[in-house]
Amino acid sequence: MKYSYYPGCTLKNKAKDLDAYARASAEALGFELEEIEDWQCCGGVYPLGSDEIATKLSSVRALNAAKEKGQDLVTLCSACHHVIKRVNDDMKNVADIQFRANNYLKLDEPYTGETQVLHFLEVLRDRVGFDAIKEKVVKPFTGKKIGAYYGCLLLRPGKILEFDNPENPKIMEDFIRAIGGEPVIYPYRNECCGGYISLKEKELSKSMAGKIMDNAASFEADMLITACPLCLYNLNKSDAKTKLPVYYFTELLAEALGLKEEVQA
Amino acid sequence: MQQRIGVFVCHCGSNIAATVDVKKVVEMLALEPGVVHAEDYQYMCSEVGQAKIAEAIKEKQLTGVVVCSCSPRMHETTFRKCAERAGLNPYMVEIANIREQVSWIHKDMEEATQKAVILGRAAIAKVSLNTPLKAGESRVTKRALVIGGGIAGIQTALDIADAGYEVDIVEKTPSIGGRMSQLDKTFPTLDCSACILTPKMVEASANEKITLYTYSEVEKVSGFVGDFTVDIRKKARSVDMSKCTGCGVCQEKCPNKKAPSEFNRGLNTRSAIYTPFAQAIPNVPVIDREHCTKFLTGKCGVCSKVCQAGAIDYEQQDEIITEKYGAIVVATGFDIIKLDNYGEYAYDQSPDVITSLELERIMNAAGPTKGHLERMSDHKAPKNMVFIQCVGSRCSDGRGKSYCSKICCMYTAKHAMLIRDKYPDVNVTVFYIDVRTPGKNFDEFYRRAVEDYHVNYIKGQVGKVTPEADGSLTVHGVDLIDNKQIKMKADMVVLAAAIEPNPDIRKIATMLTASIDTNNFLTEAHAKLRPVESPTAGIFLSGVTQGPKDIPETVSQAGAAAVKAIGLLAKDKLLTNPCTAQADIMACNGCSTCANVCPYGAISYEDKEVRGPGIREVRRVAVVNSALCQGCGACTVACPSGAMDLQGFSNRQIIAEVDAICR
Repeated sequence: MKYSYYPGCTLKNKAKDLDAYARASAEALGFELEEIEDWQCCGGVYPLGSDEIATKLSSVRALNAAKEKGQDLVTLCSACHHVIKRVNDDMKNVADIQFRANNYLKLDEPYTGETQVLHFLEVLRDRVGFDAIKEKVVKPFTGKKIGAYYGCLLLRPGKILEFDNPENPKIMEDFIRAIGGEPVIYPYRNECCGGYISLKEKELSKSMAGKIMDNAASFEADMLITACPLCLYNLNKSDAKTKLPVYYFTELLAEALGLKEEVQA
Repeated sequence: MQQRIGVFVCHCGSNIAATVDVKKVVEMLALEPGVVHAEDYQYMCSEVGQAKIAEAIKEKQLTGVVVCSCSPRMHETTFRKCAERAGLNPYMVEIANIREQVSWIHKDMEEATQKAVILGRAAIAKVSLNTPLKAGESRVTKRALVIGGGIAGIQTALDIADAGYEVDIVEKTPSIGGRMSQLDKTFPTLDCSACILTPKMVEASANEKITLYTYSEVEKVSGFVGDFTVDIRKKARSVDMSKCTGCGVCQEKCPNKKAPSEFNRGLNTRSAIYTPFAQAIPNVPVIDREHCTKFLTGKCGVCSKVCQAGAIDYEQQDEIITEKYGAIVVATGFDIIKLDNYGEYAYDQSPDVITSLELERIMNAAGPTKGHLERMSDHKAPKNMVFIQCVGSRCSDGRGKSYCSKICCMYTAKHAMLIRDKYPDVNVTVFYIDVRTPGKNFDEFYRRAVEDYHVNYIKGQVGKVTPEADGSLTVHGVDLIDNKQIKMKADMVVLAAAIEPNPDIRKIATMLTASIDTNNFLTEAHAKLRPVESPTAGIFLSGVTQGPKDIPETVSQAGAAAVKAIGLLAKDKLLTNPCTAQADIMACNGCSTCANVCPYGAISYEDKEVRGPGIREVRRVAVVNSALCQGCGACTVACPSGAMDLQGFSNRQIIAEVDAICR
């Protein structure tokens, strides 16, 4: 199975690991991530201005590229996923944006939200299946207490992202079970890490991420996993009393599948 | 015959006259063929207005009357009666609705006037083809059915019985009593719920005019106002009601005590053979076959062995009882919403996050904690309690209900006050959007909670409740008046969950052909003037089935519904609507299409001799039972040969109306 793949800027520098482990794991699990050509930055933040078109165009180009190939579009970075999924919803359901974006792009055939956008975790859950992953695990995380950190971008707005229950999600916990670990459910797992506020008010995001980490530690998590480069950055800079290691979920997946050394080499 | 039609255009004060040029309407309609009289008046429905119509009928020997006014649902009967008094057949009156369908929905006077004229013309065209009709008569069965045995149903039944009529209560659960029996104290007087309810339950059970069908459900309803036929399913109790003495030994000895107690909202468990609560009426247990070891494995039979009266009957089957009723009162009540959409309050995550109804059970001396206020997780007494109001009420994002549940502000104030009174060391905080306490002695009650009992009321919503690793809860909210975020520790959180109509109401409303709104509340015949009647004749509404209500309001409405039902039962005969379908046997080919679409089962088939020019043969043709026909017209549309016609709304009349509109 081939998917169009949108890595995004961060996965090309700061978060190279997130990308590399995902590609290797995909191959082992029997699907291929085909990076779309000439992709452009998603903008990082979904533009809330209802008259904002220009900052949505790069997402539409990526979506249309996948459509032309007849493939679903897979993302990995939470921020990219959030922006692209929401722009896709606009193109499908908001007539004004659909009209103006198509007017601007002058595509051979107008783009009206046909592409299905999947986060890598959704591919694991819905296409591969966690049970199938479990069978391929060679190095299970037996006895490891792992806290899933969702952040907000993957979950909300729930009706558009349709990722999981935004209040009590379970996809990452199921993932943790699939790789043999023990999920730690802690109430701050879907709280905001501070996001881009870390650029402006470092202390604020440090304390926000600190609360998350301390909360996970109070429920005896050994480590945290995340899908988001910015969450990982903020968690690592946090002022938490107990510093927990934070990993991309793809790193744990690759490790469980026995691919980690290979990728690192 | 030469038609002599009178046209009467109503101003309805300024309701119509402000948007429709009534003088112009009179002028235009006076030119229509057959119209011999046309006039306007400020209030046609008033005594003076009606006198004008009567006078014109007599003086000008009118053969038909057209009133251009409000909806026929409002005043058709008024004008028909007026015509009848003046000597004209009441079915020679037509209404052109120029208020709801014209003046209220249009702004431009010229367009509105034009439309009013067109609707007037259509009515004139129709009335020209009207034929005098005579209403038939139907009998009234002098017995009422009340669906639901909560306080609403009990009160309605008591009032109907008090007037001397037989009344049956059908209650789904093993006992009557309803939600009120689960409550601890009632606002604003704080008298104990059981103390005021149980005497009424006993009264209902002792009253010889009242028959209780508990653990029973309405299965099928047919017929019409005055003459309903209802199938009631008496579910198998597995206990012979005539033998059981209610000693309770079976419940004590039952080895399987793991079934969640519905009455205690799942906070504790009960035995498989059970009565929901000690004061249950009837005091006869039922066997919950889904939890009974005997039914699950075939082995056990302890209850049968210990029953001195020999009342246990594992072989008992459901029984269908068919009974006739003149009136049906719906009193199916409410439940609180499921909290699946409100994951942020951690109701599913923590046993110490509870609903207000669960708190009622916890505070009740007969409840799972014997009335001690304690956390369900570790049975420790709480020090800090937080109440969150409007959980699922007044919701605009589609997760909950758009309406205000109405009772929560008062019961939350009650809970807060009772806790502060009994446990003065407990800090009580209430998060609210607005405090809404209209009602006799209600606001004073709420102020007492704030001023005398020092309950900490915070205007603002709670965004999240987080269960902490140490077993406590953290409430994350906002104080809108102080404009600051709040994070506070709590040992227990109580959610004032929205109420919604009993989910069974959809099924019941369908059986009764009673209309229902988007929130599953039953619709009234008129929101203001007929609030306890359904638009379906003979169906009455009692309690929360019509809309959110507290106990005093429910009891008032239950009495009102009883009065309406009594008014119906007091009649010996009812006039039936003569606008029923008739089959033209010359055109009918007996295809059964009409019978298949008839929602009332009013059409059957007979072999009849058909005589016509060159025809004399016996054919299978449709026959309409006019007592059952409700005049919906479905058959007239479905009939492929045009044999079905509705009196008062004949195909010719409808076409004439369309022609007049399209002219």
